[in-house]
Amino acid sequence: MATKKKLNKKPVKSKPAKTQSAAAAARNRQEKTFLRAADLDLEKFEPTNEQKKDLYYYLLLNRAFDDRVAKLYRQGKIIGAAYGSRGQEATSVGSTYALGKDDIVGPIIRNAGSIIVRGLPVKNFLSNFVGRSTTPTRGRDGNSHLGDLELGVFAPISHLGSLVINLAGCALAFKIKKQPRVALTYIGDGGTSTAEFHEGMNMAAVWKLPFVCIIENNNWAYSTPTSHQNLTPDLAVKGKAYGIEAIVMDGNDVMEAYRVSKYAIEKARAGNGPILIESKTMRMKGHAEHDDAFYVPKEQFAEWQKKDPIIRCEKYLLDHRVITAQENEAIKARVAKEMEDAEEFALNAPFPNSGDGVTGVYAD
Amino acid sequence: MATVTYLEAISMGLREEMLRDSNVYMIGEDIGVYGGAFKVTKGFIDEFGEDRVMDTPISEAGIIGVCVGSALMGLRPVAEMQFADFISCGFNQLVNQAAKLHYRWGEAVPMVVRCPSGGGVHGGPFHSQNPEAWFFHVPGLKIVSPSTPYDAKGLIKAAIRDNNPVLFFEHKYLYRRIKGEVPEDDYIVPIGKGEIKREGKDMTVIAYSSAVHWALEAAEQMQKDDGISVEVLDLRSILPYDKELILQSVKKTSKAIVAHEATLTGGVGGDIAAFITEHAFEYLDGPVKRLAALDTPVPYSPPLEAHFLPNKDKMLKTMRELAAF
Repeated sequence: MATKKKLNKKPVKSKPAKTQSAAAAARNRQEKTFLRAADLDLEKFEPTNEQKKDLYYYLLLNRAFDDRVAKLYRQGKIIGAAYGSRGQEATSVGSTYALGKDDIVGPIIRNAGSIIVRGLPVKNFLSNFVGRSTTPTRGRDGNSHLGDLELGVFAPISHLGSLVINLAGCALAFKIKKQPRVALTYIGDGGTSTAEFHEGMNMAAVWKLPFVCIIENNNWAYSTPTSHQNLTPDLAVKGKAYGIEAIVMDGNDVMEAYRVSKYAIEKARAGNGPILIESKTMRMKGHAEHDDAFYVPKEQFAEWQKKDPIIRCEKYLLDHRVITAQENEAIKARVAKEMEDAEEFALNAPFPNSGDGVTGVYAD
Repeated sequence: MATVTYLEAISMGLREEMLRDSNVYMIGEDIGVYGGAFKVTKGFIDEFGEDRVMDTPISEAGIIGVCVGSALMGLRPVAEMQFADFISCGFNQLVNQAAKLHYRWGEAVPMVVRCPSGGGVHGGPFHSQNPEAWFFHVPGLKIVSPSTPYDAKGLIKAAIRDNNPVLFFEHKYLYRRIKGEVPEDDYIVPIGKGEIKREGKDMTVIAYSSAVHWALEAAEQMQKDDGISVEVLDLRSILPYDKELILQSVKKTSKAIVAHEATLTGGVGGDIAAFITEHAFEYLDGPVKRLAALDTPVPYSPPLEAHFLPNKDKMLKTMRELAAF
């Protein structure tokens, strides 16, 4: 039972005793099932004040984008379902912001923030939720299902786990071509139950690919709680089985999400193999706008509301005088204006012509 | 010109493409040191190194999925399914990711999945199937299936140069049994183009892969015994298939049989038969016949498998039935 105890025990903070040799410290780290952010030396990955402001701006834009989609959904203007990322913005924003320009990210359904950070204008992004021609998919796919290699965004498919393999494939190409690039993708707690998650992680591990996978453990897979997907409360333990480093981070703290992701991305880039990160977070709405999440206990929502990533970031920036109250208002106004313009643009953008959909099945 | 086996021709084509384009790489189970279950990539790892001849874990979805990812990053992967049967484990990556990607976001996915397929080798239900029809229904994929060494080399090269996901069905029974002359120079057989393998005027057999061989043998005998002149059309490509050539031939002979080794119901032959009746109805002097394997799993024991598979004798019987119209 020793192992089990170890699993459930909060890992000891990694400050090694002075008498401990470096080798012993390394061994100690290796024996841990997974690390926590506090176990890592993340000082050099601290974002600058300008970066902190950026992160805050993207968090706000991610939230405002989702809120706008929800509003339009209720007005009957969204085509099909409307998926959001409320409560999980810090994970997408912090981790994608930690990527380099030539890196690639595979966002899934709760990672609108990743697409925004990579630079797709919100007006074009929103167009994809209303089936217009002014999006990278030209109306061929909906919601956040879009890809743009110029921006380093790999489009997801609805089948969970698939992107883990595809992004491992990108990382394989980087390794073969000896390019210093990294591939990042996400999976939910539910998605880790798929065979494709396993195949992708295992291949990435065996080949030591420059690949980072973030499990967003948001407690719910549609209506199924994480406890019905996995017996272990910490999904990071899966990293141990692949023989790779795994880290648990606070997914509702954008600064921590940035630091941990940056650490993992740079370590993977240096040729140390893939890293698995478990982001502890919470899906603050239903699976999509059509789902009122009646099955989620009210207390759970209340508990996580206290950890809201945007309120936390705002408080941090004001408390640490990274921004003034005035600047804060200015950022919020900028975001509001951007979303106002985006809605105006998207709802007035042309639909594709009905015949446009018959081309492009094959590449030339 | 060298006389080589069907298997050697595939190997030649792969090797030439590896030499021609450093973005081409091979990936699959046991293809490296072991050279592949059928030795198609024998010696490749020594020549090209393990970065370009990659042995993988047993993960068919993984193999196909990393092909997609790496293809988007500029490589041209060629995957080997150890047996075509195992492609079912990678089905999702092919039909949902690879096939729909260009349509959804305009990026090309240049990748080839080689599938050693076919029966007659006593492989039983899981090492003998011809699963091309599973993918025939999927817009965005291409499917080729050569019957001769010349076409095998030309088609594998065309598949590697194509900017779409191409399934390359190579027939295991033909691997070492079929030999032919193959130029050592660079050439391709264009995808989507069939070929008349035998000229005739009384009926057309539309076939691909192993079916071409028993169609040719049966045609020979029909000429000799019955004085019936049979034209044999080798499709070579299944998706897309050469509609023009089919119409040309059927309009000339007025009778058609579609033959393949895969099972009958829901098979490629049904679509081709429908195409002919839609577009050449007034030229037909009889029903479009189909010859295929029985609608059962591929059985293991030799008498069972022989009964299951189509062959020259069944082909002759079908030809005579049609000739009677």
